[in-house]
Amino acid sequence: MINFLRRKKQYLWLFGFLAVTLASFVFGFNPGKEVFGNFTQFFIEMVTFIPFLFIIVGLFDVWFPKEQVEKHIGQESGIKGILIVIVLAMLQAGPLYGAFPVAYILYKKGASIKNIFIYLGAFSSLKIPMLGMEIGYLGIQFTLARTLVSLPLFIAVGYFMEWYLKDRDFKINKI
Amino acid sequence: MINNAFIFIIVSIVLTLLSLLLDRKKTVMGLKKGWKMFQNIAIPFLNILILVSLALYVVPPSLIVKYLGPGSGWGGQMIAAIVGSITLIPGFISYPIASVLIKEGASYAIVATFMTTLMMVGVVTLPLEIAYFGRKVAILRNVLNFITAIVIGTFVGFIL
Repeated sequence: MINFLRRKKQYLWLFGFLAVTLASFVFGFNPGKEVFGNFTQFFIEMVTFIPFLFIIVGLFDVWFPKEQVEKHIGQESGIKGILIVIVLAMLQAGPLYGAFPVAYILYKKGASIKNIFIYLGAFSSLKIPMLGMEIGYLGIQFTLARTLVSLPLFIAVGYFMEWYLKDRDFKINKI
Repeated sequence: MINNAFIFIIVSIVLTLLSLLLDRKKTVMGLKKGWKMFQNIAIPFLNILILVSLALYVVPPSLIVKYLGPGSGWGGQMIAAIVGSITLIPGFISYPIASVLIKEGASYAIVATFMTTLMMVGVVTLPLEIAYFGRKVAILRNVLNFITAIVIGTFVGFIL
Protein backbone atom coordinates (compact mmCIF):
# COMPACT_ATOMS: atom_id res chain seq x y z
CA MET A 1 0.00 0.00 0.00
CA ILE A 2 2.75 2.41 0.99
CA ASN A 3 4.63 1.41 -2.12
CA PHE A 4 1.56 2.06 -4.20
CA LEU A 5 1.16 5.55 -2.72
CA ARG A 6 4.82 6.28 -3.25
CA ARG A 7 4.46 5.33 -6.89
CA LYS A 8 1.44 7.58 -7.24
CA LYS A 9 3.39 10.43 -5.69
CA GLN A 10 6.13 10.01 -8.26
CA TYR A 11 3.61 10.38 -11.07
CA LEU A 12 2.03 13.35 -9.34
CA TRP A 13 5.24 15.30 -9.77
CA LEU A 14 5.44 14.47 -13.43
CA PHE A 15 1.82 15.31 -14.15
CA GLY A 16 2.04 18.51 -12.12
CA PHE A 17 5.01 19.55 -14.17
CA LEU A 18 3.29 18.75 -17.46
CA ALA A 19 0.18 20.65 -16.37
CA VAL A 20 2.19 23.74 -15.40
CA THR A 21 4.10 23.53 -18.67
CA LEU A 22 0.90 23.30 -20.68
CA ALA A 23 -0.52 26.29 -18.81
CA SER A 24 2.72 28.19 -19.40
CA PHE A 25 2.42 27.71 -23.13
CA VAL A 26 -1.28 28.59 -23.19
CA PHE A 27 -0.86 31.77 -21.12
CA GLY A 28 2.59 32.67 -22.37
CA PHE A 29 4.34 32.30 -18.99
CA ASN A 30 7.99 32.57 -20.00
CA PRO A 31 9.77 31.00 -17.01
CA GLY A 32 7.60 27.92 -17.44
CA LYS A 33 8.57 27.71 -21.11
CA GLU A 34 12.23 28.10 -20.30
CA VAL A 35 12.19 25.38 -17.66
CA PHE A 36 10.47 23.12 -20.15
CA GLY A 37 13.17 23.96 -22.67
CA ASN A 38 15.81 22.83 -20.18
CA PHE A 39 13.82 19.70 -19.47
CA THR A 40 13.51 18.77 -23.15
CA GLN A 41 17.26 19.04 -23.53
CA PHE A 42 17.87 16.78 -20.54
CA PHE A 43 15.19 14.39 -21.70
CA ILE A 44 16.76 14.01 -25.14
CA GLU A 45 20.14 13.54 -23.51
CA MET A 46 18.68 10.78 -21.37
CA VAL A 47 16.76 8.82 -23.99
CA THR A 48 19.67 8.77 -26.38
CA PHE A 49 21.77 6.55 -24.16
CA ILE A 50 20.16 5.30 -20.98
CA PRO A 51 17.92 2.63 -22.57
CA PHE A 52 21.03 1.30 -24.33
CA LEU A 53 23.01 1.38 -21.12
CA PHE A 54 20.40 -0.86 -19.53
CA ILE A 55 20.58 -3.32 -22.42
CA ILE A 56 24.30 -3.61 -21.71
CA VAL A 57 23.79 -3.88 -17.96
CA GLY A 58 21.06 -6.51 -18.35
CA LEU A 59 23.24 -8.64 -20.62
CA PHE A 60 26.16 -8.31 -18.23
CA ASP A 61 23.93 -9.44 -15.44
CA VAL A 62 23.03 -12.75 -17.11
CA TRP A 63 26.48 -13.52 -18.52
CA PHE A 64 28.48 -12.60 -15.45
CA PRO A 65 26.28 -13.32 -12.45
CA LYS A 66 27.77 -11.96 -9.23
CA GLU A 67 26.85 -15.18 -7.40
CA GLN A 68 29.44 -16.92 -9.55
CA VAL A 69 32.17 -14.56 -8.45
CA GLU A 70 31.03 -14.65 -4.85
CA LYS A 71 31.69 -18.40 -4.83
CA HIS A 72 35.36 -17.76 -5.49
CA ILE A 73 35.83 -15.41 -2.58
CA GLY A 74 37.85 -16.84 0.18
CA GLN A 75 41.21 -16.37 1.75
CA GLU A 76 42.93 -15.57 -1.53
CA SER A 77 45.64 -13.13 -0.92
CA GLY A 78 47.75 -10.86 -3.07
CA ILE A 79 46.73 -9.46 -6.41
CA LYS A 80 44.29 -12.27 -7.14
CA GLY A 81 42.28 -11.60 -3.99
CA ILE A 82 42.19 -7.88 -4.72
CA LEU A 83 41.10 -8.49 -8.32
CA ILE A 84 38.28 -10.79 -7.28
CA VAL A 85 36.78 -8.33 -4.80
CA ILE A 86 37.03 -5.51 -7.33
CA VAL A 87 35.27 -7.59 -10.02
CA LEU A 88 32.60 -8.58 -7.50
CA ALA A 89 32.08 -4.94 -6.59
CA MET A 90 31.82 -3.92 -10.25
CA LEU A 91 28.96 -6.34 -10.79
CA GLN A 92 26.83 -4.84 -8.04
CA ALA A 93 24.34 -2.01 -8.12
CA GLY A 94 22.73 0.27 -5.58
CA PRO A 95 23.77 2.58 -2.76
CA LEU A 96 26.71 2.09 -0.40
CA TYR A 97 24.62 0.79 2.49
CA GLY A 98 23.69 -2.12 0.22
CA ALA A 99 27.37 -3.07 0.29
CA PHE A 100 27.53 -3.63 4.05
CA PRO A 101 25.67 -6.95 4.05
CA VAL A 102 28.00 -8.17 1.29
CA ALA A 103 30.97 -6.98 3.36
CA TYR A 104 29.63 -9.18 6.14
CA ILE A 105 29.49 -12.17 3.77
CA LEU A 106 33.08 -11.49 2.68
CA TYR A 107 34.13 -11.30 6.31
CA LYS A 108 32.35 -14.59 7.11
CA LYS A 109 34.02 -16.24 4.14
CA GLY A 110 37.41 -15.28 5.46
CA ALA A 111 38.33 -12.37 3.21
CA SER A 112 41.11 -10.18 4.62
CA ILE A 113 40.41 -6.81 6.23
CA LYS A 114 42.25 -5.17 3.36
CA ASN A 115 40.06 -6.84 0.74
CA ILE A 116 36.85 -5.99 2.58
CA PHE A 117 37.70 -2.30 2.49
CA ILE A 118 38.93 -2.49 -1.09
CA TYR A 119 35.56 -4.03 -1.85
CA LEU A 120 33.76 -1.09 -0.25
CA GLY A 121 35.90 1.36 -2.18
CA ALA A 122 35.39 -0.42 -5.49
CA PHE A 123 31.69 -0.76 -4.75
CA SER A 124 31.30 2.95 -4.30
CA SER A 125 33.10 3.95 -7.45
CA LEU A 126 33.42 1.16 -10.01
CA LYS A 127 29.96 -0.39 -10.36
CA ILE A 128 29.35 -1.07 -14.04
CA PRO A 129 25.91 0.60 -14.32
CA MET A 130 27.31 3.71 -12.63
CA LEU A 131 30.37 3.75 -14.87
CA GLY A 132 28.01 3.64 -17.84
CA MET A 133 26.06 6.61 -16.53
CA GLU A 134 29.28 8.43 -15.83
CA ILE A 135 30.58 7.89 -19.35
CA GLY A 136 27.25 9.01 -20.79
CA TYR A 137 26.99 12.16 -18.71
CA LEU A 138 30.54 13.22 -17.95
CA GLY A 139 32.45 11.66 -20.80
CA ILE A 140 34.95 8.86 -21.10
CA GLN A 141 37.91 11.09 -20.23
CA PHE A 142 36.46 12.16 -16.90
CA THR A 143 35.46 8.58 -16.08
CA LEU A 144 38.89 7.20 -16.93
CA ALA A 145 40.71 9.91 -14.99
CA ARG A 146 38.52 9.45 -11.95
CA THR A 147 38.73 5.65 -11.89
CA LEU A 148 42.47 5.54 -12.53
CA VAL A 149 43.10 8.00 -9.71
CA SER A 150 40.60 6.33 -7.35
CA LEU A 151 41.72 2.74 -7.80
CA PRO A 152 45.19 2.99 -6.22
CA LEU A 153 43.86 5.28 -3.51
CA PHE A 154 41.19 2.97 -2.22
CA ILE A 155 43.57 0.04 -2.43
CA ALA A 156 45.81 2.16 -0.20
CA VAL A 157 42.88 2.77 2.15
CA GLY A 158 42.42 -1.01 2.32
CA TYR A 159 46.06 -1.54 3.26
CA PHE A 160 45.87 1.22 5.85
CA MET A 161 42.74 -0.22 7.44
CA GLU A 162 44.34 -3.66 7.62
CA TRP A 163 47.52 -2.27 9.14
CA TYR A 164 45.55 -0.28 11.70
CA LEU A 165 42.95 -2.91 12.60
CA LYS A 166 45.06 -6.06 12.51
CA ASP A 167 45.60 -6.27 16.26
CA ARG A 168 42.35 -4.65 17.35
CA ASP A 169 39.95 -7.59 16.97
CA PHE A 170 38.08 -6.27 13.95
CA LYS A 171 34.69 -7.78 13.29
CA ILE A 172 31.58 -7.14 11.22
CA ASN A 173 28.23 -7.68 12.90
CA LYS A 174 25.32 -9.40 11.28
CA ILE A 175 22.20 -7.27 11.23
CA MET B 1 27.12 13.91 -26.05
CA ILE B 2 26.04 12.63 -29.48
CA ASN B 3 29.30 10.73 -29.73
CA ASN B 4 28.69 9.16 -26.35
CA ALA B 5 25.21 8.08 -27.34
CA PHE B 6 26.69 6.49 -30.46
CA ILE B 7 29.13 4.47 -28.38
CA PHE B 8 26.29 3.14 -26.24
CA ILE B 9 24.09 2.31 -29.21
CA ILE B 10 26.86 0.49 -31.06
CA VAL B 11 28.10 -1.39 -28.01
CA SER B 12 24.60 -2.47 -27.04
CA ILE B 13 23.82 -3.69 -30.57
CA VAL B 14 27.10 -5.58 -30.89
CA LEU B 15 26.70 -7.16 -27.45
CA THR B 16 23.10 -8.15 -28.13
CA LEU B 17 24.02 -9.81 -31.43
CA LEU B 18 26.97 -11.58 -29.85
CA SER B 19 24.84 -12.73 -26.97
CA LEU B 20 22.11 -13.93 -29.37
CA LEU B 21 24.68 -15.98 -31.25
CA LEU B 22 25.84 -17.61 -28.03
CA ASP B 23 22.56 -18.16 -26.24
CA ARG B 24 19.10 -17.00 -27.25
CA LYS B 25 17.38 -17.66 -23.95
CA LYS B 26 20.00 -15.88 -21.90
CA THR B 27 19.84 -12.90 -24.22
CA VAL B 28 16.09 -12.54 -23.82
CA MET B 29 16.50 -12.85 -20.06
CA GLY B 30 19.18 -10.15 -20.04
CA LEU B 31 17.13 -7.76 -22.15
CA LYS B 32 14.15 -8.29 -19.87
CA LYS B 33 16.31 -7.62 -16.83
CA GLY B 34 17.66 -4.44 -18.36
CA TRP B 35 14.18 -3.27 -19.30
CA LYS B 36 12.98 -3.90 -15.74
CA MET B 37 15.85 -1.90 -14.27
CA PHE B 38 15.12 0.89 -16.72
CA GLN B 39 11.45 0.90 -15.69
CA ASN B 40 12.43 1.11 -12.06
CA ILE B 41 14.45 4.26 -12.51
CA ALA B 42 12.53 5.93 -15.35
CA ILE B 43 9.98 7.90 -13.29
CA PRO B 44 12.29 8.98 -10.45
CA PHE B 45 14.78 9.94 -13.12
CA LEU B 46 12.28 12.10 -14.99
CA ASN B 47 11.38 13.77 -11.70
CA ILE B 48 14.99 14.61 -11.07
CA LEU B 49 15.31 16.04 -14.57
CA ILE B 50 12.36 18.30 -13.76
CA LEU B 51 14.07 19.44 -10.55
CA VAL B 52 17.36 20.05 -12.32
CA SER B 53 15.59 22.01 -15.06
CA LEU B 54 13.96 24.16 -12.41
CA ALA B 55 17.18 24.64 -10.48
CA LEU B 56 18.99 25.58 -13.66
CA TYR B 57 16.43 28.32 -14.25
CA VAL B 58 16.54 29.62 -10.69
CA VAL B 59 20.29 29.40 -10.02
CA PRO B 60 22.30 31.72 -12.26
CA PRO B 61 25.46 30.20 -13.79
CA SER B 62 27.52 33.05 -12.35
CA LEU B 63 26.74 31.73 -8.87
CA ILE B 64 27.93 28.25 -9.79
CA VAL B 65 31.11 29.64 -11.35
CA LYS B 66 31.77 31.77 -8.27
CA TYR B 67 31.41 29.00 -5.70
CA LEU B 68 32.24 25.88 -7.69
CA GLY B 69 34.29 27.21 -10.59
CA PRO B 70 38.02 26.82 -11.15
CA GLY B 71 38.64 30.06 -9.28
CA SER B 72 36.87 28.96 -6.10
CA GLY B 73 39.90 26.95 -4.93
CA TRP B 74 39.88 25.01 -1.67
CA GLY B 75 36.72 26.67 -0.47
CA GLY B 76 34.73 25.33 -3.40
CA GLN B 77 36.21 21.89 -2.99
CA MET B 78 35.32 21.84 0.71
CA ILE B 79 31.74 22.88 -0.08
CA ALA B 80 31.54 20.05 -2.62
CA ALA B 81 33.03 17.52 -0.21
CA ILE B 82 30.74 18.46 2.66
CA VAL B 83 27.58 18.59 0.55
CA GLY B 84 28.54 15.26 -1.04
CA SER B 85 29.10 13.69 2.38
CA ILE B 86 25.86 14.73 4.03
CA THR B 87 23.45 14.27 1.15
CA LEU B 88 22.14 10.89 0.17
CA ILE B 89 21.62 11.15 -3.57
CA PRO B 90 21.38 7.89 -5.52
CA GLY B 91 24.21 7.55 -8.01
CA PHE B 92 22.11 7.53 -11.14
CA ILE B 93 20.55 10.82 -10.12
CA SER B 94 23.83 12.52 -9.34
CA TYR B 95 25.20 12.22 -12.88
CA PRO B 96 22.79 14.62 -14.59
CA ILE B 97 23.39 17.07 -11.74
CA ALA B 98 27.16 16.75 -12.15
CA SER B 99 26.92 17.19 -15.90
CA VAL B 100 24.88 20.40 -15.48
CA LEU B 101 27.36 21.72 -12.92
CA ILE B 102 30.21 21.22 -15.39
CA LYS B 103 28.29 22.81 -18.24
CA GLU B 104 27.52 25.80 -16.03
CA GLY B 105 31.15 26.33 -15.15
CA ALA B 106 31.99 24.15 -12.13
CA SER B 107 35.52 22.75 -12.23
CA TYR B 108 36.36 19.08 -12.83
CA ALA B 109 38.18 18.88 -9.51
CA ILE B 110 35.11 20.04 -7.63
CA VAL B 111 32.68 17.79 -9.47
CA ALA B 112 34.98 14.78 -8.97
CA THR B 113 35.23 15.58 -5.26
CA PHE B 114 31.46 15.92 -5.00
CA MET B 115 30.80 12.64 -6.84
CA THR B 116 33.38 10.75 -4.82
CA THR B 117 32.17 11.91 -1.40
CA LEU B 118 28.62 11.23 -2.52
CA MET B 119 29.56 7.64 -3.22
CA MET B 120 32.13 6.92 -0.54
CA VAL B 121 31.15 9.00 2.48
CA GLY B 122 27.77 8.64 4.12
CA VAL B 123 26.91 10.76 7.14
CA VAL B 124 23.22 9.89 6.96
CA THR B 125 23.95 6.17 6.77
CA LEU B 126 26.61 6.32 9.49
CA PRO B 127 24.35 4.78 12.18
CA LEU B 128 23.79 1.77 9.94
CA GLU B 129 27.49 1.52 9.18
CA ILE B 130 28.26 1.68 12.92
CA ALA B 131 25.86 -1.19 13.50
CA TYR B 132 27.86 -3.30 11.05
CA PHE B 133 31.43 -2.24 11.72
CA GLY B 134 31.41 -0.61 15.13
CA ARG B 135 31.78 3.08 15.90
CA LYS B 136 35.54 3.40 15.54
CA VAL B 137 35.89 1.60 12.22
CA ALA B 138 32.87 3.30 10.64
CA ILE B 139 34.06 6.77 11.58
CA LEU B 140 37.62 5.99 10.52
CA ARG B 141 36.45 4.71 7.14
CA ASN B 142 34.36 7.81 6.51
CA VAL B 143 37.08 10.23 7.57
CA LEU B 144 39.67 8.41 5.45
CA ASN B 145 37.37 8.39 2.46
CA PHE B 146 36.58 12.07 2.93
CA ILE B 147 40.28 12.87 2.70
CA THR B 148 40.73 10.43 -0.18
CA ALA B 149 37.88 12.10 -2.07
CA ILE B 150 39.57 15.48 -1.84
CA VAL B 151 42.84 13.95 -3.05
CA ILE B 152 40.99 12.22 -5.92
CA GLY B 153 39.25 15.46 -6.88
CA THR B 154 42.50 17.38 -6.85
CA PHE B 155 44.26 14.83 -9.06
CA VAL B 156 41.36 14.59 -11.49
CA GLY B 157 41.33 18.37 -11.78
CA PHE B 158 45.06 18.25 -12.39
CA ILE B 159 44.74 15.66 -15.17
CA LEU B 160 41.80 17.19 -17.04
